[in-house]
Amino acid sequence: MSIHNSDSVNEVSHLDLEAPDRPYLDSNELIINMGPQHPATHGVLRVILKLDGERVLGTECVIGYLHRGVEKIAENRTYTMFNPYVDRMDYVAAVSNGLGYCEAVEKLLNVEAPPRAQYIRVILTELNRMASHQLWLGTHALDIGAMTPLFYTFRDREEILKIFEKYCGARLTTHAFRIGGCQYETYAGFEKDVKNFLTFFAPKIDEYEALLTTNRIWLERTKNVGVISAADAIALGVTGPVLRASGVKWDLRKAQPYAAYAKFDFEIPTGENGDTYDRYLVRMAEMRQSMRIVEQAVNAIPEGPIMAKVPKVIKPPVGEIYHSIEAPKGELGYFIVSDGSTQPYRLRVRPPSFVNLQALDVMVRGLLVADVVAVIGTIDIVLGEVDR
Amino acid sequence: MLNSLMSYFGSTVTPGQAGNQLWALIYVLIIFTGVSVAVMAMNWLERKALAHFQIRLGPMRVGPHGLLQPIADALKLMLKEDIIPAEADQFVFWVAPLIGLLAAFTVYTVIPFGPSQAVSDMNIGILFMLGVSSLGVLGIVVAGWASNSHYPLIGALRSSAQMVSYEVAMGLVVVSAILMTSLHGIGMYGVTGNGDTGTLSMIGIVQAQQEQHIWFIFKFFPLGLIAFVIFAIAMVAETNRAPFDMAEAESELTAGFHTEYSGLRWSLFMLAEYAAMIAVSAIAVTLWLGGWMRPFPNLLNAPVWEFIFSLFPGLTFVGLAAIAFIGAARMPAHSFFKIQRIGLAVFAAALGFIALVLLLIAVAGRSADTSVAARFREGIDYVYWFVFKVAVFMYLFIWYRATWPRYRFDQLMRIGWKVMLPISLGVLVLTAIVGVIFS
Repeated sequence: MSIHNSDSVNEVSHLDLEAPDRPYLDSNELIINMGPQHPATHGVLRVILKLDGERVLGTECVIGYLHRGVEKIAENRTYTMFNPYVDRMDYVAAVSNGLGYCEAVEKLLNVEAPPRAQYIRVILTELNRMASHQLWLGTHALDIGAMTPLFYTFRDREEILKIFEKYCGARLTTHAFRIGGCQYETYAGFEKDVKNFLTFFAPKIDEYEALLTTNRIWLERTKNVGVISAADAIALGVTGPVLRASGVKWDLRKAQPYAAYAKFDFEIPTGENGDTYDRYLVRMAEMRQSMRIVEQAVNAIPEGPIMAKVPKVIKPPVGEIYHSIEAPKGELGYFIVSDGSTQPYRLRVRPPSFVNLQALDVMVRGLLVADVVAVIGTIDIVLGEVDR
Repeated sequence: MLNSLMSYFGSTVTPGQAGNQLWALIYVLIIFTGVSVAVMAMNWLERKALAHFQIRLGPMRVGPHGLLQPIADALKLMLKEDIIPAEADQFVFWVAPLIGLLAAFTVYTVIPFGPSQAVSDMNIGILFMLGVSSLGVLGIVVAGWASNSHYPLIGALRSSAQMVSYEVAMGLVVVSAILMTSLHGIGMYGVTGNGDTGTLSMIGIVQAQQEQHIWFIFKFFPLGLIAFVIFAIAMVAETNRAPFDMAEAESELTAGFHTEYSGLRWSLFMLAEYAAMIAVSAIAVTLWLGGWMRPFPNLLNAPVWEFIFSLFPGLTFVGLAAIAFIGAARMPAHSFFKIQRIGLAVFAAALGFIALVLLLIAVAGRSADTSVAARFREGIDYVYWFVFKVAVFMYLFIWYRATWPRYRFDQLMRIGWKVMLPISLGVLVLTAIVGVIFS
């Protein structure tokens, strides 16, 4: 790690967790626990803060409160049986998780989903990206103190969830895809629903922006808060909108196109300053780009089968595979080792939230307590994915 | 005793001035219950209005349209276990909410709901008010300290720094308003009674606006307006409301200074917060918006206008009753809603009855004589316009909360010291200069 000087690294990792020598009222330095029960840590994240007054001297994230051993479960389930489990990692972007897993196993099996299935996958995944960004926007604004956007985004997210529900019966943990394609054909009126959503949603993004983008308080709370340079972000392995807001044009949909993404025309929004405001702008622009992708996909959706020829019992050949996709929060990778049996020998997930969360300390050092909350929100973590 | 009761009736001075302790006590009781009921109503209104800003319904279950929700909440809070943390300073922890409450309610002794509709008219009214209302911060600081816990301590530190810094700007613009009472050489209001000096008396300040035929918000335009805006910002910070609610900042400090409080003690903090909101709004109304005066009291002073404006209280209640009746009529027909529908209809009927009484009083007291009905009508008008203006501020408080994110602590301090303080100083100096030039 070259981004810290060695002293500061030691300071974080050897944060004195014992009670301070002096009673806290006689000392400027406080060590306080933010979480695991805290309204703004997005679940059960626990951040130990070392404060000088309100200024943050160092942080230490304590994770694992939501650990369910997803990777270990994979070793005891067949490839098909494990598919629904991945939805429970990043539960606000379950479709993306499923896409990544299905494509990884398909790569291992050396099959490819038919074009129609790929288009359906793209449509649902991009809808899910919008839903995930909506939830991020609502909670992020709530953390900064603006209550109202939360309800607006949830109102509109509902329309996406309705499409999911009509398509596969589930709203959140959809289990929408199967290894080799999709299980369900689109319902009658699917395309109309999606198009209706697009016309419905375009003015809604403007509505969110009207509340926040030029809001003076919002600007003051987000500009130059939680700055991370491109070099730091790359060194820490940060991906997704957080990386792009620092000015790095890196999006796996373009860099290593998967599913049908190579066929669509869209841009990669990037920021310049790598601060919270840029991350906000990048995500807002991403929602608009997602709409573009969905529009192209739904207009060009081909006819044909939705399932490739996949054996009933999935037994991939001996080998290993790493496949990653651009989830709403960043690079979501699956590393699967197959020993030729029906169950993975080892399955490792590279969750974007977990990796991005590492940047928290770099971003909040020297800022105030209020900024910690803003930065946790802007990294957009889901603890289900961090802890797995 | 009866004599004392009757002799004061219809008096033009406050009971405090008349030395009528019995009536003063009655006023205190009326104001205490009135403010408590207003806080409950405000609680319901805030939840409803905020909900509708946010495309929700708000409370709907307890009573028709959640009308009984504040009562249910109050009961729940009273019955809740009262926890004092083991490490807390027991006595201070116990006394902290009372300090805040006492400060918030003591302010009401000088708030003029009308020329004689106040407990007392002190010659230092506005100073007393500023002094006592700033005692509220003590309750918060002490609560944060006594909890012996980190989050409350940070909340208390924030709120003490915040309130102290905003009080400076607030005090300066109040002084500019006080200067306005004496300029133009039109002195002699309220209890000071010595010529050209202006007044600090709350009643005197309103009377000065009446004599000068101008609300101070419009006086020396734009000086009065700027002073008013500064006060309107400072009073939000002073009462720890969004976007300056750093002291409780839910998403940062869980609940700030009252994190460790629960049950009745917590509800006392809430009561104090809302009472303080009403109190500071009352100061703003008194200083800049003409207090109890109806719109255009000098311009439209024909008896017919007097009569038309005196219908407003009754018509307001007619409107409220109509809303309640429509609500009852729109209730779903299912038998599950039968009780709610009856309840809402009864509530509407009660509102309608009040409207009827008010209209009758307005009609009976339309002549400007000194009969009891006329006195009564006048009193109702005064209180109505005062409460109406304060209610606008209350709505603004809710609106702010729904619209804006929260400022960060250092930004708040920067605005307080680097923006509002220089502006308020400038306004004060300019007011004095302009006043001297014009008089």
